[in-house]
Amino acid sequence: MYSTETLKRFKNPEFVGDMENPDAVGEIGNFKCGDVMKVYLKIKDDRIEDIKFETYGCVAAIASTDMMCELVKGKTLDEAYEMSNQEIVNGLKDLPPVKVHCSILGTRSLRDAIDKYREGISEK
Amino acid sequence: MMYVYLDNGATTQVDPRVTGKIIKYMNDRYGNASSLHFKGREAKKALDKARHTIASSINARADEIYFTSGGTEGNNLILKGVAFANREKGNHIITTKVEHKCVLESCKWLEKQGFKITYLDVDEEGFVDIEQLKNAISDRTILVSVIHGNNEIGTINDLKEIGRICGEKGVYFHSDACQSYTKVAIDVQEMPVDLLTLNAHKIHGPKGVGAIYVRDGVKIEGWQHGGFHEMGIRAGTENIHGIVGFAEAVKLSLSSKHISYMTRLRDKLIDGVMTRIPYVRLNGPRGEKRLCNNAHFSFKFIEGEAINGLLDDYGICGSTGSACSEKTLEPSYVLKSLGLNHEMMNGSLRMTLSRFTTEEEIDYVLEVLPLVIRRLREISPFKEEQHVFNRDA
Ligand SMILES: Cc1ncc(COP(=O)(O)O)c(C=O)c1O
Ligand SMILES: [Zn+2]
Repeated sequence: MYSTETLKRFKNPEFVGDMENPDAVGEIGNFKCGDVMKVYLKIKDDRIEDIKFETYGCVAAIASTDMMCELVKGKTLDEAYEMSNQEIVNGLKDLPPVKVHCSILGTRSLRDAIDKYREGISEK
Repeated sequence: MMYVYLDNGATTQVDPRVTGKIIKYMNDRYGNASSLHFKGREAKKALDKARHTIASSINARADEIYFTSGGTEGNNLILKGVAFANREKGNHIITTKVEHKCVLESCKWLEKQGFKITYLDVDEEGFVDIEQLKNAISDRTILVSVIHGNNEIGTINDLKEIGRICGEKGVYFHSDACQSYTKVAIDVQEMPVDLLTLNAHKIHGPKGVGAIYVRDGVKIEGWQHGGFHEMGIRAGTENIHGIVGFAEAVKLSLSSKHISYMTRLRDKLIDGVMTRIPYVRLNGPRGEKRLCNNAHFSFKFIEGEAINGLLDDYGICGSTGSACSEKTLEPSYVLKSLGLNHEMMNGSLRMTLSRFTTEEEIDYVLEVLPLVIRRLREISPFKEEQHVFNRDA
């Protein structure tokens, strides 16, 4: 059902874990409805210098968020914000259609983190 | 690497002795049981013998056994066949919320045909609510259908007690015994059950074969029309090699030694998990009222499909009722009926043993599973909750 690339990432995700003193944290989902995703960002000169995630999630959630992290690392916040879910699915080679909803948790919590970061900046 | 198959609730490895029989009947004894020549007679003899084997395994008569293409067909045939054959008596059927999909979907279809269905609740261990059952039976009720051994959480309902209630009220009683067959002794002379569904692939037989028991005198109407096979209830050239394989599987499975062997390993697995891993719940009852091959857990803070994904990497096959594992993206309705919250439903893991499961395999699982659970908890965002529980513990 899952592609080899998806399983490989799921089993050995590179970007899992929490982060000390992140510049921004995004979170999506809740305990009740299933998967939960938390993304941590280190931001320098408007670029994503480092990214980590933690999840209460399935195989697809873990693999696709790991893929997303690899794709956005080093990108500007604007570029990262605009990244489409299709790029992640392409990166994983394939994802079963019913699993796409699990894979958007990563991008949604990334956007949440960027939103919060920008709000914080504008408040300062 | 070690390979450990603990998904015997889904299906089982075919016993090589069963395979041997099947091949013999495919290669050499391929006759049609309806033919009058010696090849046909050879097949008919095997069919009769197999019917006798299934019948005596539940203390029934051979003419009360009808072969089917498996559990799904058996349940469809019984629910629809009894409903339509007894329409003049009433239009009400009682079942439970934790039946196999093929029972629930048959009931849904019957609702569309004008039948009324009552879906009984179960308690937190999965046992059917007996009081609710008593109150639900009316003079319009024609059939009560309650699963014997639950396929997810292993709860074994009391056929004697339920059957007695149905008998007093003059209502037919059916039980889906696909999971319990040969794992719990069934005696239709002692248990007042009128109809049973059995299949082969849960007991090391082939897929696509099963049987129903219909007590002599019970009114049921066939759905599959054609030649006069299976005493007119189910037309179609008999799947002789499958049926012979099924009977062989029954013979090999029927032994209290197998039951006590699986029970011991099951309890070793359950006790091992409960002591080695924190924040875990056992779903379903303990002891004799649980299928001897079923263990079912919920782990806090993590998701079941991911648990199985990592176990798969260690060569261990299990299953889960989590939302993400289902095409519907809804967690298991069986776990919902127990009253579990979303977190506990989504963090579920079912491991089902067979008589081929070894002690070494259980030891291996008890070594690997704590690592897998820890690894996923480490990347879970519910760190604070875990700390709170750690402090409380
Ligand atoms: C309790 C129960 N009933 C019915 C079935 C369906 O049986 P089959 O796969 O033979 O159609 C199964 C197995 O999937 C089962 O576990
Ligand atoms: Zn998911």
